[in-house]
Amino acid sequence: MLILTCPNCGVTAEETEFHAGGEAHLKRFGPGSSDNDFETYLFMRENPKGVHFERWRHVYGCGKWFHAARCTTTLEVFGTYSAQVTEPPKEILDTISEKRPGWAWRDLA
Amino acid sequence: MSKALSALNGAKWSDGIAMIEEVALQGMITLRGNLDDPKIKTAATSAANVDMPGPGQANCADNRGICWMSPDEALVLCPYDDVAENIDMMHKALSGLHSLCVDVSDARAVFEVSGPYARGVLAKLVPVDLAPDRFTKGMFRRTRMAQVPAALWLHDTDSFRVICFRSQAQYVFDLLTVAAQPGSDVGAFR
Repeated sequence: MLILTCPNCGVTAEETEFHAGGEAHLKRFGPGSSDNDFETYLFMRENPKGVHFERWRHVYGCGKWFHAARCTTTLEVFGTYSAQVTEPPKEILDTISEKRPGWAWRDLA
Repeated sequence: MSKALSALNGAKWSDGIAMIEEVALQGMITLRGNLDDPKIKTAATSAANVDMPGPGQANCADNRGICWMSPDEALVLCPYDDVAENIDMMHKALSGLHSLCVDVSDARAVFEVSGPYARGVLAKLVPVDLAPDRFTKGMFRRTRMAQVPAALWLHDTDSFRVICFRSQAQYVFDLLTVAAQPGSDVGAFR
């Protein structure tokens, strides 16, 4: 079972108290963008085996959104962090590098 | 004005291992804003007459209290008849400040689950560690009770309070009575 800690209220709970919000750190391409960018933004998602970054919402708790970095094969959570960032904080990346040397995710490594 | 009725009109059930009772007509005010702001704190504490709780905590005594709901939301408990007056007072104290206070007394239902097995009964329903040394008086937890959202705290020794949406009051009452059926203690906490 996936155990997440909400960085907004500090509660550690199992995944049924949360709701998954899809892949993290997407850049939006809206009106005026090229068809190719728009299609990529809408449909193209990572589906990694290993390190992954996701958005989650503490839906049955404080109701706030946050980001989580986790491993999709072991359900190990490397850390959770604020929703108000466009890329993972350095300490999360360092933790992942320590636990999964050589990892890569989109343009992060 | 018509007579105020709570969701289940104070329904009570005591045929099982814990007593389940609806706490009828509990006054509840949702207060949103920056909870670190002294003005917001004062508005909450003067309406409830208790100290401001920290994150994940609740300060409750009888039918008064403050529950920490999220980083920008507190639930102020006060007697049902004092709600309008308290909201007036809070509006005045918070004018010009980015904040919101709303009477939610009739939008929620409050239950009391009490008795020596109350912990075990609730532990069957919520994904929260309710072990006596892990969930203590003063803690407040919003969580999932079977299929619906609920918030709970230890109001007194062996006596929990549970808040849910009014529309789900019957569901929660039924859940609690099923979880408290006679002979259904699982002995997890003793």
